[in-house]
Amino acid sequence: MAQSATGQDDGEQRLMLLLAVPALLVVSALVLLPLAWLVGQSFWDNGLSFAHYQRVFSEAVYWRSFGLTFRIAALVTIACLLLGYPVAYAAAMAERPWKALILALIVLPFWTSVLVRAYAWLVLLQRTGVVNQMLERVGLISEPLALAHNEFGATLATVHILLPFMVLPIYAAIEKIPPDLMQAAASLGGGPAYAFRRVFLPLSMPGVISGMTLVFILTLGFYITPELLGGGRVVMVSMVVSRNVELYQQWGAASAVGVVLLLIVAAIFYAVSRVVSFDRILGDK
Amino acid sequence: MSGPSTARVAFGAYVGLVLAFLILPFLIILPMSFSGTRFLTFPPPSFSLRWYQEYFGSETWMNATAISAIIALLTVFIATPIGVAAAYGIANGRGRLMRVAHVTLMLPLVVPIVILAIGIFFVFAKLKLLATLPGLVLANVMLGLPFVVTAVVAGLQSFDMTQEMVARSLGMNRFRSFMAVTLPQIRTSVASGAIFAFISAMDETIIAIFISGGQYQPLTKRMFTSLRDEIDPTIAAISTLLTATSFLLVLLATSRRK
Repeated sequence: MAQSATGQDDGEQRLMLLLAVPALLVVSALVLLPLAWLVGQSFWDNGLSFAHYQRVFSEAVYWRSFGLTFRIAALVTIACLLLGYPVAYAAAMAERPWKALILALIVLPFWTSVLVRAYAWLVLLQRTGVVNQMLERVGLISEPLALAHNEFGATLATVHILLPFMVLPIYAAIEKIPPDLMQAAASLGGGPAYAFRRVFLPLSMPGVISGMTLVFILTLGFYITPELLGGGRVVMVSMVVSRNVELYQQWGAASAVGVVLLLIVAAIFYAVSRVVSFDRILGDK
Repeated sequence: MSGPSTARVAFGAYVGLVLAFLILPFLIILPMSFSGTRFLTFPPPSFSLRWYQEYFGSETWMNATAISAIIALLTVFIATPIGVAAAYGIANGRGRLMRVAHVTLMLPLVVPIVILAIGIFFVFAKLKLLATLPGLVLANVMLGLPFVVTAVVAGLQSFDMTQEMVARSLGMNRFRSFMAVTLPQIRTSVASGAIFAFISAMDETIIAIFISGGQYQPLTKRMFTSLRDEIDPTIAAISTLLTATSFLLVLLATSRRK
């Protein structure tokens, strides 16, 4: 009797796994296989070789690009946190109609093409763009500022695109904090600032960590904004990869850079998953 | 607590500014798309529909739009059923293997797309799938699956599975009871997953840059190439239309959620 029950259960589990097979096949063919190919190619140079990795680690171009990418990722993450936390806080604390409005404004850009937004920033930031025109009309500047086609433009547009990825996890974390907790802290004599720092901030940390991880990792792989707003000067890692393929036909080098980037992303995810669960990082979108 | 203090007003102003920053690009694109001139002066000196005419009158743009729409529709038709099946398995399955399956299906969200694009380029070159419609659709199905799976798993978690058991105990087979009992109750989750997969396919640019070519170039690839060369106000018209479409779809996806 018991055996037939577990037999049935095994059959049930097998069926559930079977249902996931078509989707798993697609992801295997289009994620795992290409990544395996990439890894293979990165070790191949007319035979098994570490030549591509030696190049990546010895040539200054690659170091500079990784350095630049990390710097931009750190900047974007900090900017998103400073801009995003207060907005998440306001969204969580606001009353009904305001809450819906704030959330709508946060999600609005979320589902708009990255290209559309890159275009908008080009219009806003270029030499003859809206921002420069306004500043000149007001008389604040006499020469147009270089806002686009450089690191500033690329960073600003990236912050704009990734801000919702910071706000939403923090908002979700704050929503889970019981409101009477702050009252309890206040009734025990803690001032609002003290209560915020000792009670509220620690409890919203999982959201902050998820948001920072997502934003940092997504920036590491960003391609469209640096390409369109960087003016060819902001060569982030993803662009090194694509240029190696498109301009120089250096498959091996491109693959090696890709594998290094992938390992960095995986390492960050692993490190963070020891603090916050993987589902949480991805789930609270 | 006293009334609105300076700190609160400052806080409100700060939040307002950040929100303004978030929607600023859309406030710019809309008037630009109706501009009467090629120059990017703002506000535009005169208004016209010429950039919309340019877009609707151009065979290249129209073809690219059709390709994008076809890719997105095919993506939805493939990603939705296999995504729903996988989500059903994940929601009802147990054990380590199922966890691994779930995480695997989320991979497209975390692997940097450029790396995926290069890898897919290699594989497609071997399989002769470069610059083909099936190649583009497959890539977008992969990218859309996490959206369908996430939405449907969430839907199934708030669904009481015993209802389906009852239908089966009354003699319906598993597939029919799913179709008759479960699916109607999770349909809003399925719909929002499908809509997000559609938007993701319409929006996909990076993989298309690497693997599309010839006559099968989606709208986003054409836009990207055009933006790299010069700023053409036609892009503002296209952007406005794309954004409007996205919003309508998102409204559809979220408003029906009860």
